[in-house]
Amino acid sequence: MKKRILLMCGCLAAVLLTAGCSGSSAGENGEVNVYNWGEYIDEDVIDIFEEETGIKVNYKTFDTNEDMYPIIANGAADWDVVCPSEYMIQKMLDNDLLLEIDFDNVPNLSNIDPIYMNTVKEFDPDASHAVPYLWGTVGILYNETMVDEPITGWDCLWNEKYADNIVMMNNPRDVFAPALISCGYSLNSTDDGELEEAAALLTEQKPLVLKYTTDEVRDMMIGEKAAIGVIYSGEATICKDENENLQYVVPEEGSNVWLDCWVIPTTCKNKENAEKWIDFLCRPDIALKNFEYIYYSIPNSAAIEMIEDEDILNNEALFPDTEVLSRCETFHYLGEEAEEKYNNLWKQVLSE
Amino acid sequence: MYKKSLSCPFLIWAAAFIIIPLLFIMYYGLTDKSGSFTMANLMAVATAEHSKALFLSLGLSLLSTVICLILAYPLALILSGSRLGKSGFVIFLFILPMWMNFLLRTLAWVVLLDTNGVLDTILKFFGLKGMKIINTPAAIVFGMVYDFLPFMILPIYNVVSKIDVNVINAARDLGANSFQTLYKVIFPLSLPGVVSGITMVFVPSLTTFVISTLLGGGKILLIGNVIEQEFMKGTSWHIGSGLSLVLMLFIIVSMILSSKYDHGEGNVL
Repeated sequence: MKKRILLMCGCLAAVLLTAGCSGSSAGENGEVNVYNWGEYIDEDVIDIFEEETGIKVNYKTFDTNEDMYPIIANGAADWDVVCPSEYMIQKMLDNDLLLEIDFDNVPNLSNIDPIYMNTVKEFDPDASHAVPYLWGTVGILYNETMVDEPITGWDCLWNEKYADNIVMMNNPRDVFAPALISCGYSLNSTDDGELEEAAALLTEQKPLVLKYTTDEVRDMMIGEKAAIGVIYSGEATICKDENENLQYVVPEEGSNVWLDCWVIPTTCKNKENAEKWIDFLCRPDIALKNFEYIYYSIPNSAAIEMIEDEDILNNEALFPDTEVLSRCETFHYLGEEAEEKYNNLWKQVLSE
Repeated sequence: MYKKSLSCPFLIWAAAFIIIPLLFIMYYGLTDKSGSFTMANLMAVATAEHSKALFLSLGLSLLSTVICLILAYPLALILSGSRLGKSGFVIFLFILPMWMNFLLRTLAWVVLLDTNGVLDTILKFFGLKGMKIINTPAAIVFGMVYDFLPFMILPIYNVVSKIDVNVINAARDLGANSFQTLYKVIFPLSLPGVVSGITMVFVPSLTTFVISTLLGGGKILLIGNVIEQEFMKGTSWHIGSGLSLVLMLFIIVSMILSSKYDHGEGNVL
C-alpha cells in the first residue's frame, strides 16, 4: 500500500514539476505576459519590442471576449496586459478586475486622437484604465452584382428578394443590434417589450437567412455565396481586396462602433513592463506597421498622417466620416440579467 | 500489487480529467449563481426552446443511427464473407478518412453541399434541379452518418467475422435456408456488435454541436448547441451544466439498454 501511495505521489510530483518548468525564462529586463485577440498584431512588432527593451514577451491569443473573461476573473493565469472590447472592459471595471494605468509611463498616448479617449469615457468614466488600440464599425457588405439597388439601410435584411442570400452574425448581441435599430431602439436596450419586438423581427427574418455565422462571413462574401452580409469593417476591407464587387456601408439608421483597448488586469505582475508595452504600441511607426498588417482602423492620428497611399486614406470602411461615427453607438455592458434576456430570446428565435 | 500500481498513471488521469470535471458539472448543474442547491437547471429542459432542441436532437440522432445500421450491417456481412475483408483492405478504406480530423471532413461537406457547390454543379450539369440540402436537418443527418458510419461498421464486422463457420454450416445442414440462417443464427450472434455500434453512433450524434453548426447554418438548434451557447456565448454555466446532466441521463439510459444485449464480445469500447 505504502509503495502505491509513493508511486502516486511520484507521478503527481512529475506532473507538477514539468508544469513548473514550462514557464520560459525571463529576458534581461524581465517579462511581460500579453493576452490579445487572435490575428491582432504583426508578430514582427513583438520581436522589435523584445529587441529594443530586452523584455521577454509571453504572447497568447483568445477568440472572444467571453472566452477571455473567465480566465481573468478566475485568476487562471497571470496576464499583465489584455486587449478586450469596450463592453467587456466595462464589465471588468464593474468587477474590479482592472488597475489604473500610470500615464506618465505612456508618453506616446499623445498620438491617440482625443475623440477616442472620449469614447473610452463611455465605459471608463475617468478614462484611466484603457488605451485604445484598434476600432471599427459593424455594417453591411454587399455584392454589387447580386443586388438590384445600392444598399443604404438595414431594411435590405428583411427584403424577401434576398431570401437565402443574407448572412447574419451569430452572437446574441450582434444579431439583435440590427433588429433593435430597425425598430428605432438603442442597441443597448434592456426593455422587455423592445427586445421582444426585435426578437419577433428576427423570427420573421429567419427564413430569409442563409447562415448565422461570425467566422465564415468573410469567405462566403468573397466566394459570392451570399449577396448581403453583416460584418466588421476590418473584415470588410480584406473582403474588398479579394473581390472588387463588394461594397461596405454603415447603415443610415445607425450601427455599432467598437473599440478594443489595452488594459492592465489586477493579476498583473509586471505593471511597468505592461505600460512599456502599451506605450510601444502607441508609437506612430509601430502603430503603422500593425495597421499595414491587420487593416483595422487605428485611433493613432500620428500614424494615420504617415500613411501615403491615397486609396487607403479614402477607404470609407477604414476611415469613415465623423458623420458616420456620430450615428453609431458602442455596446455597453448590460449586466448578467440583461445578457440572459438576450441569450434566451436568441434561443427562442433559433428554435422557431 | 505490482500490477495494480501500473494502473496508477491512468487512475491519476481518470481522477483529474474525468471524475473531477464530472463533479464540477454536477456542482454547477445543481446550484444557482449564489451557490445554493436548486433543481431549476435540470427543470430548464422543460422550457419550449430547450425541449424542442432535445427532441430534435433525439430524432435526428435516432434517424442517423438507423441509417448507419442499414448501411453498415449488410456491408459488414459482405466484408466478413469475402477474401477482401480478410485482407483488411476494405476495412482500411473505412478507417482511412478517420486519419483526417473530422472537423475538416465536415467542413469539406459544407463546400460540397453548398448552393452552387460541387453537388449542385454536377446536378445542374445533367440538367437536374439543384438540391437544397445545406442548412437543413437533412444535411445534419447526412453529416452525422458520414462522420460516424465507421463506428457502426467496425464493431459489427468485428463480431460477425468471429462467428464460427461451423455454426453456420450446422444451421444449413439442419435445413435452414439462407434467410433463416441469417435471421436465426447470424443476427443473434452479431447482436453485441450491433449494440455497441448503435451506442457509438447514437451518443456522439446526440451531443454534437459542430455538425449542426456547420451543416445547419447555425439556424438549427440542437441540444448540443444550446449547451455550447450557454457556456461560450451565454451567461449561465449553471443551466449549461444542468442540461448536460439531463443529456447524460439519456445517454446512461441508452447504455443500460445496450448492456442488456451486450455480452462483452462485441464491446470494442
